[in-house]
Amino acid sequence: MKKTEEIFELLKTEFCEVILGLDKETPTEPIISVDSMQVHNVGAFLRDNDELNFDSLMVLSGVDDANGIKVKDEDGIDMISGGTLSVYYHLHSTSWKHKITLKISTPRQNPKVESVYNVWRTSDWHEREAFDMFGIIFLNHPDLRRILMPYDWEAGYPLRKDYKNPEFYKGMKVPY
Amino acid sequence: MALKTETMVLNMGPQHPSTHGVLRLELEIEGELILSVKPHIGYLHRCFEKHAEAMTYPQVIPYTDRLDYLAAMGNNFGYVIAVEKLLGIQIPERVEYIRVIMAELQRIASHLVAIATNGADIGALTPFLYLFRDREYILSLFEMTCGARMLYNYMWIGGLSHDIHPDFVRKTKEFINHFRPTIVELNNLLTFNKIFIERTANVGILPLDTAINFGASGPVLRGSGLAFDVRREDPYSIYNRFDFEIPTGKGLVGTVGDCWDRYYVRVLEMEQSLRIIEQAIDNIPEGDVHSAIPKRIKPPKGTIYSRVENPRGELGYFIISDGNLNPFRVKVRAPSFVNLELMGELCKGHLVADVIAILGSLDIVLGEIDR
Amino acid sequence: MYQFLYNLIGNEIIAGLLVAVVPLTIILVFALFGIWLERKVSAHMQDRLGPMRTGWHGWLQTVADLMKMLQKEDIIATDADKTLYNIAPVLVFTGSFAVYAVIPFSSKLLGSEVEIGLFYVLAISSLVVAGILMAGWSANNKYSLLGAMRAAAQIISYEIPTALIVLSMVMLTGTLSLDKISQMQTSSFWNWNIFGGAIFSLSKFLLIPFMFVGALIIFISTLAEVNRVPFDIPEAESELVAGYFTEYCGMKWGMFMLAEYGNMFAVSAIISILFFGGYQSPFGYLGNTIGAQWLVPFEQGFWFLAKGLTLVFVQMWLRWTLPRLRVDQLMTVCWKYLIPYAFINLIIIGIISIL
Repeated sequence: MKKTEEIFELLKTEFCEVILGLDKETPTEPIISVDSMQVHNVGAFLRDNDELNFDSLMVLSGVDDANGIKVKDEDGIDMISGGTLSVYYHLHSTSWKHKITLKISTPRQNPKVESVYNVWRTSDWHEREAFDMFGIIFLNHPDLRRILMPYDWEAGYPLRKDYKNPEFYKGMKVPY
Repeated sequence: MALKTETMVLNMGPQHPSTHGVLRLELEIEGELILSVKPHIGYLHRCFEKHAEAMTYPQVIPYTDRLDYLAAMGNNFGYVIAVEKLLGIQIPERVEYIRVIMAELQRIASHLVAIATNGADIGALTPFLYLFRDREYILSLFEMTCGARMLYNYMWIGGLSHDIHPDFVRKTKEFINHFRPTIVELNNLLTFNKIFIERTANVGILPLDTAINFGASGPVLRGSGLAFDVRREDPYSIYNRFDFEIPTGKGLVGTVGDCWDRYYVRVLEMEQSLRIIEQAIDNIPEGDVHSAIPKRIKPPKGTIYSRVENPRGELGYFIISDGNLNPFRVKVRAPSFVNLELMGELCKGHLVADVIAILGSLDIVLGEIDR
Repeated sequence: MYQFLYNLIGNEIIAGLLVAVVPLTIILVFALFGIWLERKVSAHMQDRLGPMRTGWHGWLQTVADLMKMLQKEDIIATDADKTLYNIAPVLVFTGSFAVYAVIPFSSKLLGSEVEIGLFYVLAISSLVVAGILMAGWSANNKYSLLGAMRAAAQIISYEIPTALIVLSMVMLTGTLSLDKISQMQTSSFWNWNIFGGAIFSLSKFLLIPFMFVGALIIFISTLAEVNRVPFDIPEAESELVAGYFTEYCGMKWGMFMLAEYGNMFAVSAIISILFFGGYQSPFGYLGNTIGAQWLVPFEQGFWFLAKGLTLVFVQMWLRWTLPRLRVDQLMTVCWKYLIPYAFINLIIIGIISIL
């Protein structure tokens, strides 16, 4: 059983640059920030290290941080420009019983994250869901399709804060 | 001369008697043999997470009912615990006790449906109706308490919507006395039925390392032999006060982690839930269930991932608060969503009939998969 | 009966038609009654009431359902092979109806006194397989196809143990005529074939255990032939929706349903003739005692129906108790257990009957 601080130190010595920081200011749980292109390696280390043994990914959630600038596009519709999208990884070890939270941020304009499909298979559908809802591209994911929305949904990514419902989908009225 | 052969693609669902809702399984079959299974979900998508962002915290509770509609109490429970942790408030003892009793009753009701439908999928229709008859007792207990039989909206942040009915304790004890013999009857009729064992033992074997890597939880993980239960692992509410066991799959009639083990874990869990209710029902302290409900629910800025043991597994709520009246982001870690991913892995090399048995033993609810 | 009617009317065709009407009426009435019985039996086994509103305890429910089915639109899928699709239900129904031609309901009421009755039954009931395959193939539905394939494999496999047991009974009785087999088991239940037949000797007592085994095997294998639980995999509701008749609706679906209930009673009748004395009363006849000879055939009819319905009830009882087997397990039961046991049984009965 290790505290998040100890795990953070361990990761810092192993990966240096890749680990961006430890956010303890949130009142409820500390979060370790990781570089979005290295999360696969960090995950593999967390899983395979005998002292950490994070063998289970509880949940992977995409979040729209909505920290960009609000602008209006040429049609006068509110848009968010710049800022980041985040992905949170909640990990748990069934043998050591400790938990940590990883966070990666990726630019909203071109959101790309390394997939952890090969580390935890749980991430398969969760990554598809994050792609579906936020448009975050998970590199090296073998089957990145929409999952909850129709496969041919073209109106964008619903959980982004600036998402607008389309009028019609395939000739059917959307707002009821 | 070799004949040219083709595999057949069979779409099982979205309308099919035993896909437990609107799930579509794309089966690639060669005769009766399964080559691959691809689940397609999303037919019941109701934008829960998007809706939650536009609601105040208490307004989200009725929506959580509709996630896992067979275990709505558990969903309420998980959500209110998450928000209470964000708020950092203390809950009266009476509320905690009533919540635990309700959650455990709900667990029994939900397992009854799981067991019943698993049996019905394999062709045993009579146990199905027997178990639904027993579930009726629990539903009338809920109805007596909060007026609703399925979607309760019973647990509120900091309290409960209603106090329990004066008859509740007596009726619950009656239910326990009625239900213990029913489990024996169920075991005689279905669990140890030779044909049922033939159909489920050694079918859909889930090794423990695969189960953990796929993030399985609840009876699916315990069926593979790991005694992992959030109630014990990460005690919430007052579960650390009660004495109960965590049943695991032992491979009693087949291999550890087969469909029968997952089924039997549920049967044993119902008995453990009865034990918890028995310990709690006599000790409900006096108090006011509304006293701790905050007037204005506005949690401070922060994130929380809080999990509870729902009948189907680990139900987690990941809530980000930006200090406003409505949550910034609510993400539900639905146990069925994660467990259903195993479908493709479990069905390989089995027959069409086994797909039904495996799906039944995973016990999914499409409401929380599609959210 | 045909002879009687022919003498009465003097016209072959009308007499033949009249003879055919009797079993048709019986099968239709039985199907109505059987469906109602199934509902009530299942309901009471499952702690509920079943239909209660249409007539006394819902006895008109099936009639109401039949009216509904007759009024339904007859939908045929565009891609279905229409000729085969339309022939299939008729063929299935014919197969199960034609069996009734040789079944003696009482000593006076039997359609045709053919000498090769048992052989005819085995042959004509195979017509059902052709109908089922046609239904499954022509509907152009994958569930139907799978169901039809399962049904063909299952029915043909289970015909072997059935035929073997029938063969052993033929060896014992020395006749293929169902009427003659019934007549042999007269006067008391002690003379039924399941208790070794009417001839009182050592071999009768030696035969009793093997007769019980034989009755059990033929009951199981005919259960599979009529696709009842636990062998209902061709129409396994939770797997294949409805199997080979998934695409059928209205009265064509009703024909399959009629055929199923017709078959249920037909196989029960065959078993009761082979092992349980057919139309013979277990204790002698009231008509003989009070000297009213005309009463005897009616009593015989009563006993025949009672025996048949008891077996039908057992079939329903099993249906609402047991889960369903898987297709490979079904074949295992047939080829690995029933057929070898039936063979051994055949040989032993053969040896004993020589003694």
